Amino acid sequence: MKFAMLGQVFKQMFKKPWTNKFPAKYQPNNTTKYLADVAAGKAKINPPVETPEGFRGKILYDREKCIGCKLCIKVCPCGAIEFKEKEKKIKIYLARCCFCSQCNDVCPVNCLSMSDEFLLSDADPYSKDLIVE
Amino acid sequence: MSKELKKTTYQIPIGPIHPALKEPVMFKFEIDGEKIVDVDVELGQVHRAIEWTGMRRNSIQIIYLAERICGICSFVHPLAFCRAVENACEIDVPERSDYIRVVHGELERICSHLLWAGVAAHEIGFDSLLFLTWEVREKALDLVEYLTGNRITKAILTIGGVRRDIKKEHHQKIKETMDALKEGYKQLGHIFLDDKTVKMRSQGCGVLSYEDALRLCAVGPTTRASGVKKDVRADQPYTAYGDIGVDYMTPDIITGEVNGDVYDRIIVRLLEVKQSIDLIEKAIDQMPAGDLVSEPKIPKLLSRIKKTKGEGVGRDEAPRGEVIHYVKFDGEHDEPFTWKVRASTYANILPWIPMLKGEQIADIPIVAASIDPCMSCTNRVAVVNNLDNKKYMLNKEHLHELSIMKTRRLKHK
Repeated sequence: MKFAMLGQVFKQMFKKPWTNKFPAKYQPNNTTKYLADVAAGKAKINPPVETPEGFRGKILYDREKCIGCKLCIKVCPCGAIEFKEKEKKIKIYLARCCFCSQCNDVCPVNCLSMSDEFLLSDADPYSKDLIVE
Repeated sequence: MSKELKKTTYQIPIGPIHPALKEPVMFKFEIDGEKIVDVDVELGQVHRAIEWTGMRRNSIQIIYLAERICGICSFVHPLAFCRAVENACEIDVPERSDYIRVVHGELERICSHLLWAGVAAHEIGFDSLLFLTWEVREKALDLVEYLTGNRITKAILTIGGVRRDIKKEHHQKIKETMDALKEGYKQLGHIFLDDKTVKMRSQGCGVLSYEDALRLCAVGPTTRASGVKKDVRADQPYTAYGDIGVDYMTPDIITGEVNGDVYDRIIVRLLEVKQSIDLIEKAIDQMPAGDLVSEPKIPKLLSRIKKTKGEGVGRDEAPRGEVIHYVKFDGEHDEPFTWKVRASTYANILPWIPMLKGEQIADIPIVAASIDPCMSCTNRVAVVNNLDNKKYMLNKEHLHELSIMKTRRLKHK
């Protein structure tokens, strides 16, 4: 066939697009206002594609369980974990985290786990959402 | 006045940053009309000091650093590093994790080759084919995300095994994806091999002869497209490739002849996608039961690596060709004494010169893209611009000279 792609292109015209339009189907005029509306319950968000089981998202930290052994600090490839000397607990800066979940594997008391939360972008790397302690 | 006009060639530089080239690399072309007479490649436009950084981290941390050497080869680089450390410390890998390593390695090859096929289609101005190719690739990426937790940076490897198992409940999705990929392969194979547009631009273009491929030590699909049977998976089987069996993919399987042009490189990569699907299916079928890692306790593993004095080499077949990692431990520190990476594009740079000679200017993007270059994986030497805009390389002798000069300066103070 001379132009093998041609049939495919015509077929594609009648297919639904693959892209999941997240967070809105059409670009809102004012994104900040749209997000405020969503928070107020006036607008509805187009849901994202579901994350699979075992997804590596934001780290959850169980403060009570932690024994302060510093193993996670030793294996963290990005140096995202800080040790608080006084309390013998850790502080994780998610802005530096590469989400490899190596700290989860090494923890002897399993006080760290990965959630499926992935909407973590922020203008301020030290914002409250991006520090786990 | 009868002054004879002499035909001269002129130069055009392309790069270091150019829209047709995805990564910084500098070409200096000697042009006669539309024809390329000579070409010079200047590397060293992007240097990230990854090895230097790695020499200040322990081996577990380096796995994730190695993953970021290349965004597309995010499995083969850590695999080569892990194999180098396993070689140095004589750590055995359980059989089951060898098979899981094959599955992930081949999934990466599928993703990489489909990505390349899309980019190649884009370089010849065939953007509808780019989107069709990447739609197929998306299915493979979804499977990667399902098995490892992320789409690109898999974080699946560890020294002495793998971190996540392929369980019984995963088999259904793997089978579905493999069926979808087979369907996609058929569709893409038909378009790439039969479409007139692709044929017009790729046949007889960017030819690398068998002799040149051998002489210049090309690796991966670039050399196999010229008929050289070279594949680490078959030559020196690692992980479970020896049990499963790998064949060399050369373009004569489909066309019956070897030309070594861009079209042949497309054929080789498509054949390898098919081969990878078969290998994944075989690996899933033959996977034995057993442990995932030989040493689950990471502190114990790290102390063993710390006590090791010696060196190790890990090599494997990346989608672009052979990757070699070399590590040396001094027996006192957690950090390796030396870590050297040779990415596959490094061996595929020189073949660019015979490929580009005699081609037209408009063929530069597709010929340059045909080796699937990955510049930031390759660059190793820092090029520094000093004040009078003269470039010089910072090599060992020069640094030594600078050091002597500084000592003298301090003495005279």
